[in-house]
Amino acid sequence: MHTKEIISLKDITVSFDGEKVLDGLNLNISDGEFVTLLGPSGCGKTTTLRIIGGFVFPDSGNVFFDGKDMADLPAHKRQVNTIFQRYALFPHLNVEDNVAFGMRVQRKDKAEIRETVDHMLKLVNLVGFNKRRIDTLSGGQQQRVAIARALANNPRVLLLDEPLAALDLKLRKDMQVELKNIQKSLGITFIYVTHDQEEALSMSDTVVVMDNGKIQQIGTPQDIYNEPQNAFVADFIGESNILDGIMHEDYLVEFFGRKFRCLDAGFDKKEPVDVVIRPEDIDIVPADKGDLTGTVTAVTFKGVHFETIVDFKGFKWMIQTTDYYPVDSVIGIVLNPEDIHIMKKSEYSGEFGDYSSYSEEFDEMANPEIDLTEDAAEAET
Amino acid sequence: MIKSRGAAAPFAVWMALFTVIPLGIVVWFAFTDDGGNFTLSNLSSIVDYAGTFGISIALGAIATVICLVLAFPLAYTISRAQGRVQQTMVMIIMLPMWMNFLLRTYAWMSILENNGFINQLLRLVGLLPEGHSLSLINTNGAVVLGMVYNFLPFMVLPLYSVMAKIDNSVIEAAQDLGSNIFQVFRKVIIPLSVPGMLSGITMVFVPAVSTFVITKLLGGSKTLMIGDAIETMFIGQGADYHIGATLSLVLMVMILICMAVTGMVDKGEEDELS
Repeated sequence: MHTKEIISLKDITVSFDGEKVLDGLNLNISDGEFVTLLGPSGCGKTTTLRIIGGFVFPDSGNVFFDGKDMADLPAHKRQVNTIFQRYALFPHLNVEDNVAFGMRVQRKDKAEIRETVDHMLKLVNLVGFNKRRIDTLSGGQQQRVAIARALANNPRVLLLDEPLAALDLKLRKDMQVELKNIQKSLGITFIYVTHDQEEALSMSDTVVVMDNGKIQQIGTPQDIYNEPQNAFVADFIGESNILDGIMHEDYLVEFFGRKFRCLDAGFDKKEPVDVVIRPEDIDIVPADKGDLTGTVTAVTFKGVHFETIVDFKGFKWMIQTTDYYPVDSVIGIVLNPEDIHIMKKSEYSGEFGDYSSYSEEFDEMANPEIDLTEDAAEAET
Repeated sequence: MIKSRGAAAPFAVWMALFTVIPLGIVVWFAFTDDGGNFTLSNLSSIVDYAGTFGISIALGAIATVICLVLAFPLAYTISRAQGRVQQTMVMIIMLPMWMNFLLRTYAWMSILENNGFINQLLRLVGLLPEGHSLSLINTNGAVVLGMVYNFLPFMVLPLYSVMAKIDNSVIEAAQDLGSNIFQVFRKVIIPLSVPGMLSGITMVFVPAVSTFVITKLLGGSKTLMIGDAIETMFIGQGADYHIGATLSLVLMVMILICMAVTGMVDKGEEDELS
């Protein structure tokens, strides 16, 4: 891991039509790092990328590249290249001329251009496609041309704006691996924008979770997943049950009227906190042996596991289990100290982490087994 | 699917009655004499009109080039504007077209005349001595001005509609790859605008070459364009339908050749780029 900073954003604020898109954003990116900006649409991640690319100029704050202020440097003078969301290939040029575009602008030597084009097409597995017209290529091939075109300019930093969003799932997975390999072999910095948390976790060295124009958390994928800093991050990255709790002392938290051992410390005495429990960390036991007991209200088969919604005193949890527990069965659960994550209260507290009105808006397939009206009726009783 | 073959029948009848048959009549007149016998003498007498053809094509070409130079940056600006601004700008471009063509040209007459708006204004501020006037009207310049004024929207609109389809991200990609504003235009925007340019050129050049109203009103008797020559062959004393029909036919062939040449230029450009 390199430690030298290549890009540094200091106190960036941007407004469009009076609406704050970025609000005092600070971000340092190390040379050679794979950084992902992750967040829901409208969180400011693409704007952040466009500021680095030179397509948006901040209202206030500074952008440093190698320690030098880039405030007035237009896009065409920056040592960064972008892969645009819809590839933005030149429709009047063929594959080869698209890839050579940047080098021709710089009036590079013809032999050198030819050599680089061939090298780039080899890198992205498009050998022999030199003379093909852009509109004869599939989405995945166009994507590769866009990558080759950006890399042919030999950038220090590559900016990627949701580059895989338009591809189907299988191709997307392949391209994730390929992009990661390219980044590793070239050793250049990738700044990657996505709203897909799985993509972010599997590719990045560092994940930057954003919402509302602010950075919510910066960390390694493991940090972000295991130690979310607030309810937003916990909910956005994977599934989470988020409960109100009170921290009694270091390593001792109370929720649902019971005290549990945990691994967190450094809170005030009696401080109200958010408690995160990941659905896959929960162990199901017979009702009489559980720390808590609840009633199963819905079960969905997901292939790898069953997604089981369990009602604990009116608060519904999601539990992922490989065993099938039918609806209406009463189960107990056991929570180990390492399953319990404590977060400070934030503006997001109470907004996320309750599966009472669970809907699968983030899942790709609708699930007919969960009857929302029935759930709601049960929740009221 | 709705059967569509019969739907074009009214148009086919219309075309046959008012385009194909009249065209046949024109051809018939061009290749016959007063007795109705086949002859090529009409065609050979066209040589006398070589100068008229020359000046028509020259003035038409100058007006087309001026329109293109004026319209290109304008169309680009409109195509990059926000939705409502864009609509307003397109409407302003179209606005003069809602006024009668003759009225517009007469208005230019009263501006350019010896006692017209410009000369009066110059005398008023003392830049011209009393009794003198700049001869603005009845010049080739006035004819070109009239053409540009009347036909500019026909250049702007096709350019605009092609440019509006150029994705902003393609322009950003060019900048991202190191192109400054001139390189972006030369390497991306102009090549992608070629189809619009070609239809604009055709839509300006064709009516400009064959106009006779503009030359008559703004060019006086000094400038005689091919349109005027054709008019005199069909109206008034000394009318000769055979010569008039031949002139029309030759003009048509020349316009077709011009269009074919522009088409080839377009194709050549594409080949060069790919």
